[in-house]
Amino acid sequence: MSISLIILFPLVGAILNGSLALFQATKKHKVPESLVSLIGVLLPFLSFGVALKLGIPFLQGREEPLEQSLFSWITAGNFHVEAAFMLDRISVVMSLIVTGVGSLIHLYSTSYMKGEEGFARYFTYLNLFLTFMLLLVLGDNLLLLFVGWEGVGLCSYLLIGFWFDDPAKAYAGKKAFIVNRIGDFGFLIGIFLILSVLLPGVSSPTSILKFSYLSEHVSLLTPMAFLITLFLFIGATGKSAQIPLYVWLPDAMAGPTPVSALIHAATMVTAGIYMVVRLHFLYDLAPQTLHIIAVVGTVTALWAGLIALTQNDIKKVLAYSTVSQLGYMFLGLGVGAYSAGLFHVLTHAFFKALLFLGAGSVIHALSGEQDIQKMGGIRKKIPITFFTFFVATLAIAGIPPLAGFFSKDEILWQAFHHGHKVLWLLGFMTAGLTSFYMFRLVSLTFFGKSRLSHEAEHHLHESPWPMSSVLIILAILSAVAGFLGVPHALGGENWIQQWLHLEAGVHEAHGEVLSLERNLAILSAGWAALNGFFAMLIYLRFPAFPQKVRQSMRALYQLLWNKFYVDEIYDWLFVRPIRWISQVVLARGIDQGLIDGGMVNGSSRVVSGLGGVISVLQSGLANSYALYFLVGLVGFIIFLVVF
Amino acid sequence: MISINHYLILASALFVIGFTGVILRRNMLIIFMSIELMLNAVNLSFVSFSRFLGNLEGQLASFFIIVLAAAEAAVGLAIIVLVFRRRGSVQSTELTQLRDLNDVD
Repeated sequence: MSISLIILFPLVGAILNGSLALFQATKKHKVPESLVSLIGVLLPFLSFGVALKLGIPFLQGREEPLEQSLFSWITAGNFHVEAAFMLDRISVVMSLIVTGVGSLIHLYSTSYMKGEEGFARYFTYLNLFLTFMLLLVLGDNLLLLFVGWEGVGLCSYLLIGFWFDDPAKAYAGKKAFIVNRIGDFGFLIGIFLILSVLLPGVSSPTSILKFSYLSEHVSLLTPMAFLITLFLFIGATGKSAQIPLYVWLPDAMAGPTPVSALIHAATMVTAGIYMVVRLHFLYDLAPQTLHIIAVVGTVTALWAGLIALTQNDIKKVLAYSTVSQLGYMFLGLGVGAYSAGLFHVLTHAFFKALLFLGAGSVIHALSGEQDIQKMGGIRKKIPITFFTFFVATLAIAGIPPLAGFFSKDEILWQAFHHGHKVLWLLGFMTAGLTSFYMFRLVSLTFFGKSRLSHEAEHHLHESPWPMSSVLIILAILSAVAGFLGVPHALGGENWIQQWLHLEAGVHEAHGEVLSLERNLAILSAGWAALNGFFAMLIYLRFPAFPQKVRQSMRALYQLLWNKFYVDEIYDWLFVRPIRWISQVVLARGIDQGLIDGGMVNGSSRVVSGLGGVISVLQSGLANSYALYFLVGLVGFIIFLVVF
Repeated sequence: MISINHYLILASALFVIGFTGVILRRNMLIIFMSIELMLNAVNLSFVSFSRFLGNLEGQLASFFIIVLAAAEAAVGLAIIVLVFRRRGSVQSTELTQLRDLNDVD
């Protein structure tokens, strides 16, 4: 059993379902949804099975990575790239998240997308996404990672614009793709910089971009480490939605909800974190970049958390909370706590997927309603959805002993411990915000009096088993995943940190440090609970209070409601100037003026002008032709005589 | 003493007179006669070279030209007769259908 099977299964699924989708589109013959579902769900589960089988030895303590080389992909001079896969502890975690959560979301989708026009097309994209994501986490060199990186961007674009006949949704897809491409440009420059340093130093074809080669020769990269890591991080800000490139993620909610859960919450957006963790030996050489990462992560976390406070679309709130949580992960990476960052990726994958799928279940139950101001009081009607959503809320808010508490607190503690007190304080405040807006969401959605329209009330129903069973599984995982990383201060062993052993020289803390860590953990748990309690109190007991706050702080509320006007600012700074340049300079000036007018029409005008001059000579009179004869002859003789 | 130069000057004079006729005259019969004049100018130079170099190949060439001129006269006169039947004129200015058509409209 080899690694490539993990990638092969979803690829086969994508090809089969793609053929079915094409068949349906060309022959106008409906393909049964059960067949599409079977292919689309079975193959990811098989892939998960393989990943689990190969991953278990690593979980039991295997150290050396598993490698498989398929063929040599590129050889140009001394530059060599192998199409090869590698499974080590980092990619075991990632591939289990991708295939595990991915398979569950596929199962959920069979029910959520039922009766959809592009049912087969949807599963094609979803399987293709898994293929590329697995390529990203299993590739053993930077170039293969980049192929996966671009591939998931493509699938994200296709799925955001899944309902492409709605122009707004097609626009959201384009926006995501273009913003991601800006980041990818930085990523490419990072790769080129690595090549420019390492390529002159080799004398025979070498797999320079292979991770193991990079880590062995990392000392050569030291002088350029700051620039390389910075450019690679720009790539990460695009894919993982950090300031300044986060703007695409909230708009990505235009896609079907399971897509938001899979791509824009659980897996694809963690690609940037995976990349940094994968290249942690390189980032260790560039403390300035790490500092930038930590600051960007913290500011993004706070920024998105503030925006999430005022949003009314259930998916938008979750989208901003995703941006915010990704900020936490980068904070963890930035202070050098790579395993804490990866641990938060793991727990976040569970509870954020659960939140999105729960939101999908709510939307499904309410016949498409997404505005939380028009919900309320539905917890008794859809108990499974409510219960699982509530578990996920507790998890993300950081209420012990659910998963989010341990991973988030580990990051905050590491920030504090490494001396970044300001960042810790901002992160701590964001934790309170997280709790507040999540409990606001739960209160408005599930508690209180019903504000449903009569129509929606009538159709209210619990989701069918493929959806609810997935919610239950993810709820269990969200509840218990935190126990993988219980810190020493709380009597655990921090198993995941030990197992990943990414950080150089983790010291066994003891005495005062341990008690400080314990106190901080208790403090942040209390802080989260307090904020959650206040949110519920305000929105359930005093529903008029938010209204008053809104009126008394009108300017601030407007600022948050309009997402700090970032979209508008970008529109003014970048979109409009580029559009102006495109229309006036490039289209009208260069294309219509220079190319059409000057080169295409101009050359024909020159030819026809010259023809007009010469055609005067073509009189049709034989006598004059004889004269030209003479002129030519005389000219020829002169030529012979003179030269 | 008459040297080859005298013959060549006469031949050139005949040739230029013939060519001037071809260029300036519009009557196709006259043009034809001018062409004959040019051919005979060439004949003259061939024959005189032959005589002065003591080589018969020049005379051979001049016989070829005479034969060619006879054949040309036959074909050319036939064309002129047909043109006259169709057009009622043998002026070369009447026969300019192959000129640049842009001037027509």
